[in-house]
Amino acid sequence: MSAAVTGTPPAPSPLPASAPPPATSFWHATALPSVLSVVMALAVGAVLIAVSDDDVRAAGSYFFARPGDMASAVLSSVLQAYGALFRGSVIDVGGSGVAGVLGPLASTMLFATPLIAAGLAVAIPFRAGLFNIGAEGQITVAAIFAAYVGFALQLPPVVHLGAAVLAGLLGGALWGAIPGVLKATTGAHEVITTIMLNYVARFGILFVLGTTTFQREGRADPISPPILPTATLPKLLDFGRVNLAFVLALVAAAVAWWLINRSTTGFRLRAVGANPEAARTAGMSVPRTYVTAMALAGAFAGLAGVSQVLGSERVLTTGISAGLGFDAITVALLARTNPVGVVAAGVLFGALKAGGLTMQATTGTSLDIVIVLQALIVLFIAAPALISAVFRLRSTGAGVGQLSKGWNG
Amino acid sequence: MSTLTAQAPAPQARPAPRVVVPARSWRQPVVLWVMGLLSLVAFGVGSPGGTRSTFGLSSAGQVLQLPALPLPSRPTALVLAVLGLVVAGVVTHLVRMRRPVSVWWTVGFGVTFAVAFLVWAVADQEVSLVSLLRGSVFLATPLVFGALGGVLCERAGVINIAIEGQLLAGAFLSAVVASLVGGSVGVYVGLVAAPLAGLFFGWLLAVFAIRYLVDQVVLGVVINVLVIGLTSFLYGQVLVEDADRWNTPGRLPRVEVPVLSEIPLLGPVLFDQSVVVYLMYVAVVVLHLALFRTRWGLRVRAVGEHPKAADTAGIDVNRVRFRNVLMGGAMAGLGGAFFTLGSVGAFGEEMTAGQGFIALAALIFGRWSPIGALVAALLFGVAGNLASVLSIIGSPIPGELLLMAPYLATIFAVAGLVGKVRAPAADGVPYRP
Repeated sequence: MSAAVTGTPPAPSPLPASAPPPATSFWHATALPSVLSVVMALAVGAVLIAVSDDDVRAAGSYFFARPGDMASAVLSSVLQAYGALFRGSVIDVGGSGVAGVLGPLASTMLFATPLIAAGLAVAIPFRAGLFNIGAEGQITVAAIFAAYVGFALQLPPVVHLGAAVLAGLLGGALWGAIPGVLKATTGAHEVITTIMLNYVARFGILFVLGTTTFQREGRADPISPPILPTATLPKLLDFGRVNLAFVLALVAAAVAWWLINRSTTGFRLRAVGANPEAARTAGMSVPRTYVTAMALAGAFAGLAGVSQVLGSERVLTTGISAGLGFDAITVALLARTNPVGVVAAGVLFGALKAGGLTMQATTGTSLDIVIVLQALIVLFIAAPALISAVFRLRSTGAGVGQLSKGWNG
Repeated sequence: MSTLTAQAPAPQARPAPRVVVPARSWRQPVVLWVMGLLSLVAFGVGSPGGTRSTFGLSSAGQVLQLPALPLPSRPTALVLAVLGLVVAGVVTHLVRMRRPVSVWWTVGFGVTFAVAFLVWAVADQEVSLVSLLRGSVFLATPLVFGALGGVLCERAGVINIAIEGQLLAGAFLSAVVASLVGGSVGVYVGLVAAPLAGLFFGWLLAVFAIRYLVDQVVLGVVINVLVIGLTSFLYGQVLVEDADRWNTPGRLPRVEVPVLSEIPLLGPVLFDQSVVVYLMYVAVVVLHLALFRTRWGLRVRAVGEHPKAADTAGIDVNRVRFRNVLMGGAMAGLGGAFFTLGSVGAFGEEMTAGQGFIALAALIFGRWSPIGALVAALLFGVAGNLASVLSIIGSPIPGELLLMAPYLATIFAVAGLVGKVRAPAADGVPYRP
């Protein structure tokens, strides 16, 4: 009891808000609706693929004469597209050698890496009742910091990499802390400030890459010198681009889990998220918690930036954040803000991205279908009542519930 | 377990209630003083002496031609900066006397600051004030529509982050429909189709928020992603394949209102615009009156502030909300037509480029009122247009930093001047009768 007042909580006491509803198994409350949501999203995606397919539309023009043509065209377009999605993300049985067969899995890991890190950046503030839409900007700023250390400084191998990674985390944390400080001191809503800071970062990187310090000599387009080999994240396999960042992202997820569930900071975060008034009454500083949560988030987003610039791209360009900050929101929501879930959701969306690229290359189905699938998955998961209604299940878990606070929160 | 719940309600620890004196917040005066001094030093003293900033006051077609106005740069900027400091002084006085500070003081200050900046930036050059302002009103149009869509939803208690998606959906459908219909009628049919696209995503928002009680902020974000995905997918798969058929909507012509457009300065700014802009004027006025002067508006506001009371008075809370979210979606969708039919003349991937979020900021900055949203959107419009005009004529500031300006201004406005806003009390809270 007195623990909350002095600020040293007993270890894991879950708050009422995060406690699972009693008498529902993990399978029934979480896993089943998630799987069914993915199935439903794939079904809607199939309709889109079929409708936009040239052969299907051609067969549709004489539908009443030979409806069988239409059906087979639909079936083949969908099967081909989803087949390519699977081949590009999990395993390619027809591939040559280890690299060919397991390459897709490696590329899933590659794409999952920044999604996991950035997903944590959205999930953690959610626990404190904050909605971080700013991962995109945080990734960008972190990438600028890490890239600068990575190409401008001359340091011994391991030290250089460490310095570059730390610079990235610091850059992200600083950029992330701004909306936290603004909220704590002026009450400015973080949804607005993080969105605006995304744009500031987007134009900021354009500006930075135009300066003589950052622009590669002899190039007119906005691109930095390559990251020095001493500062790049080493590759994990001898094929593909999967690198140490994947391990770092997994470590980050473990750290985030410990932070949220086992540390004093995490306890404060959850307390403020559950009820700021109560947290204040219990002697916690709500403003400081906001700043901590956002700075932590920025650091996790920073890891995503680091993985982009020191791991997969190894050069700083304007597209370094590549919309990851927005994908991260869907990752965090799919994971229901649970760090372990973030890893799973990140791998799923990484697989969709990797498979989507293969799909685009082989069947010509646009990669954008993946964005639609992601949105639909989150939408269906957020509304378990809909899933139960469609699949005639007994009522499932509580879904995402009310994660965010309104403008007055 | 329950460490918090046991500690939270501790009424005995609180002092006895007494007469509450509202705390004075010095944030606004401080911000105004800092900006005022910045204006004085940077734009006033910083302007090169002996130069003139020239402003054109008429457009070419007008009967009554006003001569261009050459202003001496440094004195003008100094006078404006001093005026700004006077406003800061007045606001300081009002705060000290615990009197309410009208938002118009802030707006007035913003105008002096912006004009001082303008005078400084165009020193030794000429800029047509008419085209600058006309462009600002034009750029503000989708922001106003988006913010009005937000007003409709949020006054009834449903948070609408999906403005961006609704704008984009409106832009997409209006372009496709206008292209398919073709001819000079096409654009007008497209204009009718735009709100339907917004309506659909408003419906999606309503169903999931009101029936399935999904978190509204989450939902808005998801709808935005969904619309971006859908439109980009269809754009890549269909529109690009046969652009002549699917993506040549044409543009709405600029229509000059006969008499009004002859008014000096304001005429060409306000009444020589695209049809979408005129629709925007109508929407603002009608919505403002409807919201604050009709029985319907009273009901909507009651539902957004205190749904339980409204329910007790016999209002079907969720039905009012459902309808309003549909209308809000349609309003934002109509604004989407601006991008394709009003401005570019074709659909492009993610062409709304975050304008929906700026509209959201305008909604909050304008304190959930249509007129307020209009003023805020106009400020953003001026900032945006200024950035593009200045990057064309060349200015002391790099273009990328100018492009940042509207977003920095938003942060500044929300943090420095608005701060903790008061949304409708039940905004974002689902109602279970």
